[in-house]
Amino acid sequence: MDGKIGDVDQLIEQYKGLPGGLLPLLHAIKYALGYIPESTVGSIAKGFNLSRAEVHGVISFYHDFNTQPVGHHRVQICRAEACQSMGSREIESHAKHSLGIEYGETTSDGMVTLEPVYCLGNCACSPSIRINDDIHARVNESRFDQLISELTMPDADNTGVSS
Amino acid sequence: MTAQVFIPRDTTALSLGADGLALKMAQDIESRSIDAEVQRNGSRGMFWLEPLVEVKTESSRIAFGSVNASDVESVLDAIDDHLAGKSIDHSLYLGEVKEIDYLAKQQRLTFKRAGVGDPICLSQYQSLSGFKGLAKAISMTGQEIVDEIKNSGLRGRGGAAFPAGIKWQTVLDTPGEQKYIVCNADEGDSGTFADRLLMESDPYQLIEGMTIAGLAVGANQGYIYLRSEYPVAHKILNDAIKRATEAGFLGTNICDSGKDFFLEVRLGAGAYICGEETSLLESLEGKRGMVRAKPPLPAIEGLFGKPTVVNNVLTLGAAATIMEQGSDSYRDFGMGRSRGTLAVQLAGNVKRGGLIELAFGITLRQVIEDFGCGTHSGRPVRAVQMGGPLGAFLPESQWDTPLDYESFAEIKAMIGHGGIVVFDDTADMAAQARFAMEFCVVESCGKCTPCRIGATRGVEVIDRIVGDQDRDNNLILLHELCDTMELGSLCAMGGMTPFPVRSALTYFEEDFGVNSRRDH
Repeated sequence: MDGKIGDVDQLIEQYKGLPGGLLPLLHAIKYALGYIPESTVGSIAKGFNLSRAEVHGVISFYHDFNTQPVGHHRVQICRAEACQSMGSREIESHAKHSLGIEYGETTSDGMVTLEPVYCLGNCACSPSIRINDDIHARVNESRFDQLISELTMPDADNTGVSS
Repeated sequence: MTAQVFIPRDTTALSLGADGLALKMAQDIESRSIDAEVQRNGSRGMFWLEPLVEVKTESSRIAFGSVNASDVESVLDAIDDHLAGKSIDHSLYLGEVKEIDYLAKQQRLTFKRAGVGDPICLSQYQSLSGFKGLAKAISMTGQEIVDEIKNSGLRGRGGAAFPAGIKWQTVLDTPGEQKYIVCNADEGDSGTFADRLLMESDPYQLIEGMTIAGLAVGANQGYIYLRSEYPVAHKILNDAIKRATEAGFLGTNICDSGKDFFLEVRLGAGAYICGEETSLLESLEGKRGMVRAKPPLPAIEGLFGKPTVVNNVLTLGAAATIMEQGSDSYRDFGMGRSRGTLAVQLAGNVKRGGLIELAFGITLRQVIEDFGCGTHSGRPVRAVQMGGPLGAFLPESQWDTPLDYESFAEIKAMIGHGGIVVFDDTADMAAQARFAMEFCVVESCGKCTPCRIGATRGVEVIDRIVGDQDRDNNLILLHELCDTMELGSLCAMGGMTPFPVRSALTYFEEDFGVNSRRDH
């Protein structure tokens, strides 16, 4: 997540010839910058010979693509049925309360962005959460607190958001 | 022989600390100079026992279940005893892997290799009959391959259960220079993980199945549309594709057949609706995942307007097994028009959750009671939801239904992708019905009105029923709304969201306040 907006032009060049290359491009931009800046929509549209509205439509359709910067760690709580059957609604309210944020928001120190997710495919060991690319099973309130307390800022240990 | 200590590297084992466990195990083996080495395998799918540690020697393959890093020392003591020919006395010891009842009672065809060894080791795959189906397919004509699939009775395992051979035949019969094989790996249903398990534990089977499909219909390009919620599967698939390409099983002139087949993984972006095949194709084309009206069928006008086979991970995996073992042996499993095996996924509030592969025909009760052995919480089971978020909630009175597509349709339920989510008696079924509508609000593609608007109205109407605002009229309204969604939606998202809602109302009406008010 240490890329610059200027790198986007290079990514557009790389992906514009790929059949159906818009989603792979958006993933690549998100991987490089952590988000898809609104300011890049024009150049993406030009590179893919699409209207700005079409590009905006694609970005806004998918839950994964955010157009604003997010926290250093993306914490997703599974809201789907299997996790609900094992108490994920309690984890959900505990997470919002302990972090002091709602879904889609970032803690004031920029550490954590909280998001809902609908199934991590780990349903035999519910409830599950995902932190960046790591999935954690059988999470309860204290385990959640422990996982959050282990998160560090990237300048402290050079780990960044990897997704 | 140096003993092999297997520790899985699939998502579930990792989510329960398998990496830390493997590290500690390797360090302690070295410091104690035990004649053993740690290897990473896929999972057997007995998720309630993860991380499952297996120890393979010349004469045995034993297991320890639910092992934590803090257990390493005592487990190594037990392994030491075992290697010295002594008997094992350890609370986590499970005996021979293949004799664990959960596994021994299954009929594993698609998942026969899962967990046996390193998922991306090509020679391991080949030593377990891997790529034999492909070799057979290479010696056959496209029509002969399609006939084998037709004869097997294989139906789509994604949920719709459409006969795979007929789909392949349509693509074969449609003229076109360019055709595609698309694997639907957007396994979004809650309670399902069979696709993930296959991709993480036996990825070459999917690669083999897709290549066979390509040979059958004359397609040289395949895409695996994988959900972004599966980062571990993503990495394993990419590694496997790279190795298979280097070894000549993918790419140009595969296995000196003169045929080409290229394969690529494309990531979804968190949209449930992209598991619907036409929405998936739109997404693969780089567009919003909006559902297409059918006809035209994707088999005739699919990806980029070209003839396209779209099949689920398990369907394509089964194709490899069918080609290897022969279609007659596959169709010998099952009942009625549901042939072969079903990958049941037992999940939620259950004591022994995991993957259970069995021939069609056993009852829901056998799965829940014999394999699940009750709830994780220890409380009574109140309901199970079969077939994902669009599947019905079923009380115990319905559990004697055999797992067969037609039998489930008769009770207004569906097998879908085979997921079963168990709820204990603390579950609020009105809240679950509301969630079904809420999920449809979040995930509807928005193309058709019954789904887009109906789901929003559905949440509101359920809130009014539960809040006892003009309950009788709102109940009528909810049923009419469900009719509209079922009959008027473009795809199963809006068309089947009423299934969980109506089943909750039918079997658990007291949760909606219906009985409590009548008591007054």
